[in-house]
Amino acid sequence: MAKNRIAILAALSVLSVVAFLTIGLRGNIAFVLELRAIKLLALSQVGVSIAVSTVIFQTVTGNRIVTPSIMGLDALYLFGQMALVFALGGLGYAALNPQLKFAGEVLVLMALACALLLPMLRSRLDMGLMLLAGVVFGVLFRSLHSLLARLIDPNAFAVVQGASFANFNAVRTDLLAFASVLTIAALIVAWRARHVLDVVSLGSDTATGLGITWSRTVTGLLVLVSSLVAVSTALVGPVAFFGLLVVALAERIVNTRRHAVLLPAAALTGIVILVGGQTLFQHGLGSSSTLGVVIEFFGGIAFLLLLVLGSRK
Amino acid sequence: MIRIENVSLSLQATPILHDISLTIPKGGVTALVGPNGAGKSSLLSLIARLQPLQTGAISIDGLPVDTTPNRTLAKIVAILRQDSVVASRLRVRELVSFGRFPHNRGRLTDTDRTIIEQSLKQFDLTDLAGRFIDTLSGGQRQRALVAMAFCQGTDYLLLDEPLNNLDMYYARDLMRSLRQVADGNGKTVVIVLHDINMAGAYADRIVAMKSGRVIADGAPAEMLTTPVLQDVFGFAMQVATINGKPIVLHHL
Amino acid sequence: MIVAASKKPLRFGVVAGLGLTILFVSSLFVGVSDLPFRTAFSDPDALQLLLVSRLPRTLAAVLAGAGLAIAGLIMQTLARNRFVEPATAGTAQSAELGILAVTLLWPAATLAMKTLAASGAALLGTSIFFMTAHRLPPSQPFLVPLFGLVYGGVIGAGVTFIAWQADLLQYLAIWTNGDFSGVLRGRYELLWVGALMVALAWFVADRLTIMALGRDASIGLGLDYAGMMRIGLIIVSVIAALNVVVVGMIPFVGLVVPNIVSRIMGDNLRGTIKWVALSGAGLVLGCDIIGRLIRYPYEIPVGTVMGVVGGALFLWLLFRRPAHG
Ligand SMILES: Nc1ncnc2c1ncn2[C@@H]1O[C@H](COP(=O)(O)OP(=O)(O)OP(=O)(O)O)[C@@H](O)[C@H]1O
Ligand SMILES: [Mg+2]
Repeated sequence: MAKNRIAILAALSVLSVVAFLTIGLRGNIAFVLELRAIKLLALSQVGVSIAVSTVIFQTVTGNRIVTPSIMGLDALYLFGQMALVFALGGLGYAALNPQLKFAGEVLVLMALACALLLPMLRSRLDMGLMLLAGVVFGVLFRSLHSLLARLIDPNAFAVVQGASFANFNAVRTDLLAFASVLTIAALIVAWRARHVLDVVSLGSDTATGLGITWSRTVTGLLVLVSSLVAVSTALVGPVAFFGLLVVALAERIVNTRRHAVLLPAAALTGIVILVGGQTLFQHGLGSSSTLGVVIEFFGGIAFLLLLVLGSRK
Repeated sequence: MIRIENVSLSLQATPILHDISLTIPKGGVTALVGPNGAGKSSLLSLIARLQPLQTGAISIDGLPVDTTPNRTLAKIVAILRQDSVVASRLRVRELVSFGRFPHNRGRLTDTDRTIIEQSLKQFDLTDLAGRFIDTLSGGQRQRALVAMAFCQGTDYLLLDEPLNNLDMYYARDLMRSLRQVADGNGKTVVIVLHDINMAGAYADRIVAMKSGRVIADGAPAEMLTTPVLQDVFGFAMQVATINGKPIVLHHL
Repeated sequence: MIVAASKKPLRFGVVAGLGLTILFVSSLFVGVSDLPFRTAFSDPDALQLLLVSRLPRTLAAVLAGAGLAIAGLIMQTLARNRFVEPATAGTAQSAELGILAVTLLWPAATLAMKTLAASGAALLGTSIFFMTAHRLPPSQPFLVPLFGLVYGGVIGAGVTFIAWQADLLQYLAIWTNGDFSGVLRGRYELLWVGALMVALAWFVADRLTIMALGRDASIGLGLDYAGMMRIGLIIVSVIAALNVVVVGMIPFVGLVVPNIVSRIMGDNLRGTIKWVALSGAGLVLGCDIIGRLIRYPYEIPVGTVMGVVGGALFLWLLFRRPAHG
C-alpha cells in the first residue's frame, strides 16, 4: 500500500517537473529550458533537503512538531554566515570564491548546531521547553544576524530584509554545484541510516538497549541535518514551516514513520509542493514571489492544528 | 554471570546507590524487590549501561559494561524500562521487530520474521500486530514492549516492573514465560517486582534493596518471612503457608 | 527571613530608580549631534535640539518600555503563564494587520484613527489567542507560548503577504522593528495614552493579582472575572497598538521584565507593578542608548538590540535553576 502511494507521489513529482519545464515555453527555447532546468535543480534540492532534514530532526528530537527551522537552525546559519564576514572580513574573506565560503559556512553551522543542540538533547528537556528555547534561539540569532549586518554596513537594510523570508525566485545558482554534491552525499548517508533512524525514534534508552551508541549517532545525524539546512538556506533563505507541512503531509499519505518509506515520501512531497507550487504561482496566479509567504501561512496553520489537536489526546 | 562490584551512584549530588556488590549467576530468575525509591531501577540502568558507571565495575559474562561496544552488549542483554514511552507512531509488529535490530541492523531475515511472529504469538499480540501503539490499552502496550525485549533473543533479560498494567491473567502468563525461558533456554532473568508473592512463586532468588543498599538476599523461602519483610518494607506482615509455599498477606 | 526578604525589594527599587534616572539623563546627551552638558540650557540651538528631539525620544522610550512591560505583565496574569507577551501571542501582529487594513482602505486616516483600528484588531487577535490557548492542557505550560509564537507567525505571514501584494513592505518594516530614531516632538505624543493605560493597570492591580489565582478563585472572591478579562485585554491591545503605530514593535520587553521583577519581589501586583513599569522603561531606554553608541555615528534600531539583549535574558530565565521561595 505504501509502495503504491510512493509511486503516486513520484508520478506527481514527475508531472510537476514536466509542467515546470514546459508550460508557457516561448522564444529561445533552448535558452529558456536551460534556465528552467537550473532553477528546477535548485528548487527540487531545496524541497528534498528540507523534507529529509525535517524527518531526521524530528526523529532525533523524538518530537513530531519540531523542524530544524523552528529550532532556529536556519537563523543560526545566517548568523554564522554573517559572523564569518564580520570576523574575517578584513582578511579578504568576502572576496573568496562563493563555493569556498559556502563550505566554510556549512562547517560553522555544523559546529554551532552540535554545540547548541547536543546539550539540549542530552538533558532531555520537556518537549515544550525545548521548542520554546528553539524559537527564542531563532529570534536571538536573527537579531544577532541583523546586528552584525548593520555593524558591518550601517545601511545594510536590504540584507536584513532579505534574510527574513525565502524567495524562490532569486535562487543562488552560483552555489548549485557544491550544494548538489553536498545534498547527494547527505541523502546517501540518510538512506543508509534509515534503519538506524527507526531505532533512534524509539528514544535514547531503548536505542541504547538495541546497541546504538546514542551520542555518536545523534551527533552524526545533527551534522547531516546541518548540512541539509545549510543547503536550503543558502539557496533560497529561511523557510519556517515548510518542512513541517511537508512531513506532516507525507506521514498522512503513507501512514507510517518507517524511514525506508517516510524519507522518500517526504522528499517527493517536498518536490511536488515546491516545484508544483512554483509552477502554479508563476503561471496560474501570476505572482511567484509570494509562494514562500503562502507556504509559511499554511505551514503555520498546520502547526497550530497539530498542537491543539495533538495535545488533546 | 552478572558481576557487580562496589558500585555507587550519585545523581545531582544526591547519593542513590551505596557500594553495591552483587553476583547474579547465569541461568534462573532473580527478583529485585524493595520500597519505592530504593534504587532498583537505578541499579538496573547501570547494568544495562543506560546510566554511565561512576564508581565500581559491572560485567556481564566477563564483558565490562562500560567499555564493551554497544552492539556487542545489545546481543547479550535486553532491558525493559519501567517507564518506557514510545513517542513515535509505530505498529505493534514494527515495534517488536526492533528487538531484532542488534542482529540485523534493520534488514529483516526470515529467521528474524519467524522469531517476531513467535514473540507476537507468545504474548497474544497477533491480532493487534497491525495496530498503532498509541491506540493500545496500557496492558497491551506493556505486552508489546515485553515482546520486543524477548525478541532481542539475549541471554540476559532485565525487566523493570514488567507486570505494570497487566491483568492477572497476563501477569501470570508473563511470569510463566519467564520461568520457561530460564528453565528451557538457560536464560538469565532479572526482574523488578512489587508483588512479593509473584516473586516468591516464580523466582529462584530474591534480592531486597532499601535506601540504595542490598539489605537481604536469598531463596524465596528464606526471604518471605515476617522479620525479613519488616526490615525491607517497614511494617509487619503475616506469612501463611498454603500447599507448602509461603504466601504473604501484605494487604491485611 | 522576613527582614532579608523585605530588604531585597527595597534595594531593587533603589537600583531601578537610580538606574532609570541615570539612563534618562544620559539619553538626553547621547546622539549624533554634539550636545555638551554645560551649554545645553544656555545655547538656544542646543536647547532646541534637546526639546525637539532628545527629550521626546527619551520620553518615547520610557513610555514604550513601561507600557510594554505592563502589557506583558497583564497578559501573563490573564493567561496564567509566565511566557507570553504582546509580541509573541499575535497581539502585535494583529495590530499590524489592523493598521495595514486602514492604510489600504482609507489612506487619509489620521494617526489616531490608525491607532484605533490597530487597537481593535489587536483586541480581536488577542481574544482569539486567549480562547484557543484555553484549550491547551494546563499540564504543559510551554505549549501556550509556543502556540502564541506560531499564531503570531501565521498572522505575520498573512500581513507580509498583503503588504507584499500592495507594495507596502517598507511600512511593514517600520511597524515590526522598533526604532526611536524618527521620534520628534509632535510625533510621539500618542504614547501618553499608553501612560493612561499603565495608570489604569495600577488602579486595578489588586484585582489582577486575584485574576492570577484563576477563574474559580476569582469568582469565589467575588470578582467580575469576565469584566476584568475584558479590561485587561483592552489595556494590552491599546498599549501594543500604540507601540506598533508610533515606534514599531519591540520584542521581549513584556516577557523578561515581569519575570525578573516577579522573581525578586513576588507576584503581589499592588507592590510590584510600579517596578515593572520602571524596569521596562529602563531596559528599553538602555537598549536605545546602546543602539545609538555601538556603531556611532550610525544608529542601530532598538528592536534589533532588544532582540539580542532580551533574547539572551529570556534564555537565561528559561534555563536558570528554578528559584524556590
Ligand atoms: N534523575 C534523577 N535525579 C535525581 N534523583 C534521582 C533520579 N532518578 C532517580 N532518582 C532518585 O534515586 C532514588 C532511586 O530511584 P529508583 O528509580 O532507582 O528507585 P526504584 O527502587 O526503582 O523505585 P520504584 O519502586 O518507585 O520504581 C530515588 O530516591 C529517586 O528519587
Ligand atoms: Mg523503579
